[in-house]
Amino acid sequence: MTQQLKLGRVPAGGALLRRISADRPARPVYVALALLVVLGWLVFALDGGTFLGQENIVGIQQRSAALGIVAVGQTLVILAGSLDLSVAYLISLTSLVTAEIMAGADANVPAAVAAALAVSALIGLANGLIVTRLRVHAFIATLGVALVVRGALDARYDGPAGSVPESFQHLGYDRIGPLPVSALLWAAVAACAWLLLSRTRLGYRIYAVGGDAEVARLSGVRTERVVVVAHVLCSVCAGIAGLLLASRLGAGAPTVGTDGGYDLESIAAVVLGGTALAGGRGGVAGTVGGVLLLAVLDSIFNQLEVNSFAKDVVRGVILVAALAIYARGRRTR
Amino acid sequence: MRRALPIFVVLAGLLVAIAVVNPYFLEPPAFLAFVKRAAPLVILAAGQYFVIVSGEFDLSVGSLVTAEVVIAARLIDGSAEATWPVLALMIAFGLIVGLVNGVVTTLLRVPSFITTLGMLLILSGAVFLWTGGSPRGALSEQFRQLGRGSLGPVPWSVLILAVVAAAAVWATRARFGHTLVAAGDNDRAAALSGVRVARVRTVAFMISGLSAAVAAILLGGFAGVSAQVGKGLEFQAITAVVLGGVALGGGRGSVAAAMAGAFTLEALFTLLNLYGISGALEPAVQGVIIIAAVALGAVRFPRARAAAAS
Repeated sequence: MTQQLKLGRVPAGGALLRRISADRPARPVYVALALLVVLGWLVFALDGGTFLGQENIVGIQQRSAALGIVAVGQTLVILAGSLDLSVAYLISLTSLVTAEIMAGADANVPAAVAAALAVSALIGLANGLIVTRLRVHAFIATLGVALVVRGALDARYDGPAGSVPESFQHLGYDRIGPLPVSALLWAAVAACAWLLLSRTRLGYRIYAVGGDAEVARLSGVRTERVVVVAHVLCSVCAGIAGLLLASRLGAGAPTVGTDGGYDLESIAAVVLGGTALAGGRGGVAGTVGGVLLLAVLDSIFNQLEVNSFAKDVVRGVILVAALAIYARGRRTR
Repeated sequence: MRRALPIFVVLAGLLVAIAVVNPYFLEPPAFLAFVKRAAPLVILAAGQYFVIVSGEFDLSVGSLVTAEVVIAARLIDGSAEATWPVLALMIAFGLIVGLVNGVVTTLLRVPSFITTLGMLLILSGAVFLWTGGSPRGALSEQFRQLGRGSLGPVPWSVLILAVVAAAAVWATRARFGHTLVAAGDNDRAAALSGVRVARVRTVAFMISGLSAAVAAILLGGFAGVSAQVGKGLEFQAITAVVLGGVALGGGRGSVAAAMAGAFTLEALFTLLNLYGISGALEPAVQGVIIIAAVALGAVRFPRARAAAAS
């Protein structure tokens, strides 16, 4: 692993984090995360809980897994200079597809997983083609696709449907030692995305297209194909999150994605992690840090029994403050 | 204006289509009722136009509308004397929220997508924190008149809409409008030629905040007090502006076309209702039509523009 790390895009030397992250902007989020962990430890100590206890750490991992997986996918599209607002409805859709096809039988699990991933890949393909071929701004294109998916959901479902066999529910609730399976899944998705971005030709092209599509095109990159692939991967990540949520709920639900606010929240996590909204700069490591930051914040709020509306206020302030700090850093550099 | 033409054709087509199904639609009472229903969205679209043409986004308008209505209901609490001071307060609050959005975006250089997303979270959280989860209080009768009542045959909201539309068109024709479009097209070039980019953009955000306040006044009267009143309005307003041929990314489009875009969206909803495609399938049809409209070239894209220029 260390051998691989040395081959990274970032010159050798510097902190370990810097080497892992393959992008400078990821550092502040880990500094903030460390500070927040210390703060959380203090708060829990004063409040009579144990922050670093197994229960709390497992809780943080479980809460962040679904958002984490979506945010990793969102990182890919944002790096490519696009954006995906359709993930929330897509998560609901895949949770329903999964649960309906499984229908409580173990034998149907592989088919259901395949179907959910296929549906999400198709939606990603639609997003990508609308953005590139029809030249519709990603904001409008994915919003439109989100509306279409929502219409389909509204037309067919009033409430939870389908059911997931017990064997599949292990994905949502089991854990191996202190590590929940869902967190391992998240880690696997993040690792794949990280390898993709820092090791493969496609990864470099994603950065190139997001940085400047015209320059990338003139240097021989098929920019449209790169954007389409990024959208497909993002949607597949949302599909995986849908699978995870279906296994947790034991059924599919038409509101599970929107209730979680996965569309805007995943974008928030990505930019918290230092990835530029305009594309071309950032990485998966920062996103993972951003998601963990939100999760640790949540666990502190829970311990303090803060009203859920106050959480939104604090999140909003943190989001804007973080971006202001990043902007400052970029200007003075 | 040539670029804005398609949306007016589409709007006219939709209105004719509605009139075919419902012949009474084009008679004054029914048509005024339609305009009245569309007024809040049209006003929001006008406000959003200024922000989008300057190259930014305002995602906070929906939650700002909700916040304004909830605050007004709580403060007025049914008393008539409180109506006018609270109206003034709502306008001031809208301007202040816009000012904060603008200052954070321009001076702190936070992307406006994130600034206004943060503002959305802050506003919705703060309002419900304050009201304890469900809106309390009631609007006074005078207040509701603005959204519901009418002066002779013409509803107040239509008059307010006319004033807002005239002011918006005037603002785009004034020097402010030109500098705003210049800033949206190429902020560096605009800054070098003496435009105070940060200032005009901040004013654009304030106009958007103001439009949200006005829309909230109308919606509060029209739809009543609820925590859902502004839900999704930000996306509808942005969609309307884009339907009107205004380029996301800034520098292109006219405010009249943006408002026509909002009317088109509302006419679309009306038509879908008439054909009985209400509720479930409505969003799906809406989504397809939005993508189709934008794709069919109602809009010039920054990308297409760059290609044409080179």
